Amino acid sequence: MAKRITVDPITRIEGHLRIDVEVDNGRVTKAWSSGQMWRGIEKILVGRDPREAWSYTQRFCGVCTTVHAIVSVRAVENALQLEIPVNAQLIRNIIQTAHAIQDHIVHFYHLSAVDWVDVTSALKANPVTTAKLAESLSDWPLNGPHEMKAVQERLKTFVGSGQLGPFASGFWGHPAMKLPPDVNLLAVAHYMQALDVQNLANKIVAILGGKSPHIQNVAVGGVSNSISHDAPSVLNIERLLLVKTFIDKLDQFVKSTYLTDVPAVGAFYLDWTKYGAGVTNYLSVPDCPQDTKGTVFDLPGGYIDGGDIKTYKPITTFNDAYFRDGVAESSKHAWYVGDKALHPWQGETEPQYTDFQDNGKYSWVKAPTFYGKRCEVGPLADVHIGLAAGNKLYAKYLNQAIGTLKAVGKLSDVPLVALQSTIGRHAARAVRCAVMMDTLKDQWQKLVDNIGKDQTTFNAPSFPKGEIKGVGFHQAPRGTLSHWVVIDNGKIKNYQAVVPSTWNAGPRDANGQIGPYESALMNNPIADPEKPLEVLRTVHSFDPCIACAIHMFDNEQQPIVKVKAL
Amino acid sequence: MATFENILVIGMGNVLMRDEGIGVRAVEELDARYRLPDNVRVIDGGTTGMELFEPMRHADCLIIADAVNADVPPGTLVRIANEEIRAFFQTKLSNHQLGLSDLLALLAFKGETPRHVAIIGMVPHVLENKLGLSAPAAEGLDEMVGMLVTELEKVGAGVTARDEVKSGHWRRQAELEAAESCA
Repeated sequence: MAKRITVDPITRIEGHLRIDVEVDNGRVTKAWSSGQMWRGIEKILVGRDPREAWSYTQRFCGVCTTVHAIVSVRAVENALQLEIPVNAQLIRNIIQTAHAIQDHIVHFYHLSAVDWVDVTSALKANPVTTAKLAESLSDWPLNGPHEMKAVQERLKTFVGSGQLGPFASGFWGHPAMKLPPDVNLLAVAHYMQALDVQNLANKIVAILGGKSPHIQNVAVGGVSNSISHDAPSVLNIERLLLVKTFIDKLDQFVKSTYLTDVPAVGAFYLDWTKYGAGVTNYLSVPDCPQDTKGTVFDLPGGYIDGGDIKTYKPITTFNDAYFRDGVAESSKHAWYVGDKALHPWQGETEPQYTDFQDNGKYSWVKAPTFYGKRCEVGPLADVHIGLAAGNKLYAKYLNQAIGTLKAVGKLSDVPLVALQSTIGRHAARAVRCAVMMDTLKDQWQKLVDNIGKDQTTFNAPSFPKGEIKGVGFHQAPRGTLSHWVVIDNGKIKNYQAVVPSTWNAGPRDANGQIGPYESALMNNPIADPEKPLEVLRTVHSFDPCIACAIHMFDNEQQPIVKVKAL
Repeated sequence: MATFENILVIGMGNVLMRDEGIGVRAVEELDARYRLPDNVRVIDGGTTGMELFEPMRHADCLIIADAVNADVPPGTLVRIANEEIRAFFQTKLSNHQLGLSDLLALLAFKGETPRHVAIIGMVPHVLENKLGLSAPAAEGLDEMVGMLVTELEKVGAGVTARDEVKSGHWRRQAELEAAESCA
């Protein structure tokens, strides 16, 4: 008999993302992704000074504060066609890359590992054989038997206290959990170590950004950091060397642990290479600009159709018309007035709430398209674009991950199409994190080299009379982020943010095409409708972030999963 | 009385959603009105998560100001402390984002829970995309700041009123917005 499962919220904070699936014969046959909160926050910006917009946009979201600040100034600079100093580009690049590394580490270990790791099973592990396994996989120094034993003891105390804490949310003993106890213990050990490591990335952001949380150093025209070789209160060599020590420690963790753990865990979940492919159209924007105009980038961008890297079309500059003209958003199935797909500069945000209608409007998230196609954004897209563009770093770290997968899973061959899946999305994120590591090291070196000959960090903007328009974009941890601004006589007239999770979580579009989450859920197996772990696995693999902008401490307990016979 | 070396006061919430930002506004007022002892650090946490974990780990006393969801009328001020706080997740779901309860749970897992934890919260009246607090929330703000002061006194950190009250960033921004919409 067919059943309807509603998971609301799918993230732990508040009911911002709701997922409904219809299940027949143990498989998902229909899916709906619904943002449950109005996101008209851009309206606050209308009438304001464009130079201040970034300090508001970084409050859009609790996870991606930094990226919204940087993209906002890029949008205004684009409208002004303002060049910014190379030092400013590099400082922004270091901040955004460090942020991405932190975000990816936290997503895998602290936000989604419990979908795959049975923490209570780690209590049954043998710390000696766990350490042996860990040491066979990588040279990470904290893999020894004493470390594993200590983690297991800590876990025992914690579970014994009756509070499972961050692990209480897991589906322990669920038939879809497949890891042996030793691998579970290994994952828990790295979970704990990752808590220490992720903070190093945050420190880099804080040193260059001036404050954490919420950076203070960005400005339309560059950054407000002043550079000197030795003055104490500004960005000097001593501080940059401190940043380098954090970079080196992060590098070791990302390369020897994160990039190893994902394929090692994935080897026990090879079934999950068959589910979760999604729309397989991939969109990514170029990033880490190297010149004042934004025409040379270290990270490639572009579009790929139907999962085939031969269809790659590049996006190459901040002024690229191919990107600028291709984006539209439809409100046909979203709770806003109108059903035509509109370009973001013409974007409207007039609410029209109708309740949840399966065939009508059912989400506060609009449905973005790129030349009419639904696109997945995020690490899986970035890896595809990287490979298509011939980027050597993406090829190198993907091969390394595949090598580990083959060794642990005793496989002879792993086709690229395996990456287009729920578990593949995690692998792509680990690969991207390794690429970001090398990129971070590179941006740091370039900054150190450049400040010897040039200390400029800021070009003052001036606003013309009349109307100008700009778009700023960024390859954010969750994917393509763009801000679209219309400025009239120096004041903001319209502002639209097309965020990564809008691309991925959007509802059906003007032509009835389903979105990336919805598409990725189709045909997923559901072992137990009351415990739809499989739904969570697929949606979490995207690193969903709809919970932008609101954050209340909820003292009440709400039922989360509802199952209804159809 | 137990003494504390590192007292951390965090204001949580989204200042772009009116009363949702009450926690940030309350700690901003605390800092604007009072001189705080050296062992007290105040952070505007906004809606962030993991960025707050490290400062929390180094605190032996943690005081949070936040908007809270509770089964009481809007505007009600609540204090939830120590054992009353559920240092575990309410749901059977693994999640995406790390909220306050998750951070507290991570501290417990690490064995680094501060000796004293208190949440001073207000149930919000109005959540809409604007800066300023609703009139009832603005009225309750003084009492909320007072509760923070009481909490600080309770943990041995007496405050003294500033001779001249500072004007915090978000208060100024909200006043500017209100002035423009009247004009």
